[in-house]
Amino acid sequence: MSTSSPATAAITGVGAVAPGRTGRDAFWELLAAGRTATRTISSFDPAPFRSRVAAECEFDSAAVADTWLRDADRANQLAVTAATEAWHDAGIRTTPGRIGVVVGSAVGCTVALEREYVRLSERGSRWLVDLEPASGRLHDHLVPSSIVRDVAWSLGAEGPCRLVSNGCTSGLDVARHGLQMLHGFDLDAVVVVGADAPISPITVACFDAIKATSPNNDDPAHASRPFDRDRDGFVLGEGAAALVLEMPHRAEDRAADLYGRLLAAHSRANAYHMTGLRTDGREMAEAIRAALEASELDPDEIDYVNAHGSGTKQNDRHETAAVKTALGARARSVPMSSIKSMIGHSLGAIGTLELAACALMLRHQFIVPTANYQTPDSECDLDYVPETGRAARIRALISVGSGFGGFQSAVALAHDGGRA
Amino acid sequence: MTAVVTGIGVWTSAGKGLDEFWKTVSASTVTLSELTRFDHSTYPFTLAGQLRDHGATGIPSRLIAQTDVWTRQGLEESLLALDDAALDLAAVAEYDAGIALASSAGGVEFGQREISALWAQGPQHVSAYQSIAWFYAATTGQTSIHHRIRGQCDAVVAEGAGGLDALAVADQALADGTSSIMLCGGTDSALSPYGMVCQWSSGLLSGQTDHEKAYRPFHEKADGWVPGEGGAVLVAETPAAASARSAEPYGSLEGFGASFDPPPESDRSSSLPTAIDQALTQAQVRPGEVDVVFADAAAVPDWDRAEAESLARVFGSRAVPVTAPKSGYGRLYSGGGAVDTATALLAMRYGVLPPTPNAPSAHPLLDLVCDAREGKFTTALVVARGHGGFNSAVVLKAGANTKR
Repeated sequence: MSTSSPATAAITGVGAVAPGRTGRDAFWELLAAGRTATRTISSFDPAPFRSRVAAECEFDSAAVADTWLRDADRANQLAVTAATEAWHDAGIRTTPGRIGVVVGSAVGCTVALEREYVRLSERGSRWLVDLEPASGRLHDHLVPSSIVRDVAWSLGAEGPCRLVSNGCTSGLDVARHGLQMLHGFDLDAVVVVGADAPISPITVACFDAIKATSPNNDDPAHASRPFDRDRDGFVLGEGAAALVLEMPHRAEDRAADLYGRLLAAHSRANAYHMTGLRTDGREMAEAIRAALEASELDPDEIDYVNAHGSGTKQNDRHETAAVKTALGARARSVPMSSIKSMIGHSLGAIGTLELAACALMLRHQFIVPTANYQTPDSECDLDYVPETGRAARIRALISVGSGFGGFQSAVALAHDGGRA
Repeated sequence: MTAVVTGIGVWTSAGKGLDEFWKTVSASTVTLSELTRFDHSTYPFTLAGQLRDHGATGIPSRLIAQTDVWTRQGLEESLLALDDAALDLAAVAEYDAGIALASSAGGVEFGQREISALWAQGPQHVSAYQSIAWFYAATTGQTSIHHRIRGQCDAVVAEGAGGLDALAVADQALADGTSSIMLCGGTDSALSPYGMVCQWSSGLLSGQTDHEKAYRPFHEKADGWVPGEGGAVLVAETPAAASARSAEPYGSLEGFGASFDPPPESDRSSSLPTAIDQALTQAQVRPGEVDVVFADAAAVPDWDRAEAESLARVFGSRAVPVTAPKSGYGRLYSGGGAVDTATALLAMRYGVLPPTPNAPSAHPLLDLVCDAREGKFTTALVVARGHGGFNSAVVLKAGANTKR
């Protein structure tokens, strides 16, 4: 291991298309107020499904002005919109070859892939699908790397570009890939994006089949209840977020306004089950421990934990145990909240939306709450910042994620003034 | 880059395992064949590089229902690789082994079946395994679980360039101390009717019916690639880890580069030379020291032109042997870069450059390998490109155990 100071990045731009209104400011207003954007699904008739609740973005795909992008999948549109906002926010001037892009997405372009399949197969009745009315963009929907291409083209990026598809940790893992890409290629900027638009019949059906999503259809605004005793599954969401990562010394040289610093990101796998979690949370604890070690942070310097907090019975228990193991006594006093209570779980996008929320929390020195938290659970006994946000000194924080495949990730961020 | 490759698991229509695969590609035998997965008679495509005996694998039977064929390929390739490396993962410290596998299209056939079930029969007919079988991380996740690998695990997507990007991710994990052993590479299969229709819609596939002459990279009659399924998983280790267990590496990953092309309407040329330059620079290798280039060789005229011009720009015209055995077994998308890396390591070990089936006998910019060439080869460059504009390049060096 290197003994020099750890490779970090300055966060100089943030963009978001979250459930509710589009844009970083609307995202922050929703979170800071503790409002929820979970509603009955409106993008298709959810009547045949077990879970009919989702957190939808007020983003009109049909109104996208650029014709190329209008014909792309909704995930591509959300990604480009968030990336463009972050890029303008950062205001970097550089050459195309010195810009890299990392996109995280769990399910890619499934809305278009399913829509076109239904059309070409006569509603699933023909295995030998029609070729003739097939869109020339079908291949783009088959390969989610088309999202990376659309982001790269919209930003004019010609450096290294890739998509990371680690299921529900994708959005956090883009931070790890972005940090490595920034330093490994000595780039001026890496734009990391998380994007998923999974609110489609097949994705709703696949989570119905394993009862992972909330059936609380009668009270959609309060259906996502992380850490609450009465939680009954996650609420599917959609969205995209982007962060611009810059070499710290270059951001300093141009006197850029920093949201904070990305210190480290680590991932582990439980090698246990594709969807099941053991209660002890040991691999997530190990990811947190590794992120703290690489950040040269003690648990006592962590002033906030952004939880995965999906609202499934097993996740919230697993995660609580992991944080206790990794942070020791500090776990009892550190605030820990889940924004999935407000904007649902947008699979590969949510991790980046959470990092965007963390960047905004660092800037505003304000911790957003876990909405809908009302009834304590004896297995989830930490400070989950119930329903109301609070001003707080945040020097450093960690954001954690857990996903299908057994993947566990932790990312450490710090306030700009929090470290030398 | 400092990682050494100590095990290779390859599975393509050209063969399963190193011996069969090497025998086929070094003899320039074409293994493309008429599609047998479904009745293709109403479609304009006929050929693919299909795996034989897809079902006969070392995968536990309970996993068959839970996985797409693509995931079973990846698992099988990982078993072959670990066997070839003679590596006992149980002897590796708990978080020291990781995975970086590329996919370009996920579990296509599984997904097609479940979307059909949903729309033709209703939500209650969707498999409980759809959520874990179709998504792009399925193969990485199942590989982690099967081998009890608890370190850093990634699924990388960059269409045809992803297989090399996964090697770069693995190399980084080894270089920064995150892992001491990485399973890395890529594999793909998208040969269901919908998978093929999606691919065909790109306008980049060949519609030829003569399997011997369908995939003709750098040829004046090139009209697209023929898709295949399969890929390769490599065991990459830190030199210290390999040496501690007296493993004999095939060779080492010495340098990596990646870039993205400008949009087609741009007047700027492909950024592929940048990716190659980066890989050479990182490897501290001069262009004249490269003994062979494994080309992306899409057989799409525009792509071939850009690649030939890029190689000529870096190396000079016809200055280095260029080969693309993939025209014999198909374009494997994320499997392609991984298989080419495996083939390059074998070529250096055996002192034989495998040829490019259907390559033109003369090319103004490239010295194409039309017949197997013998010699001493110690440095290779592998190029992989992905639809949309992905360019990746890896420089390899031979291990000590090379012939000649």
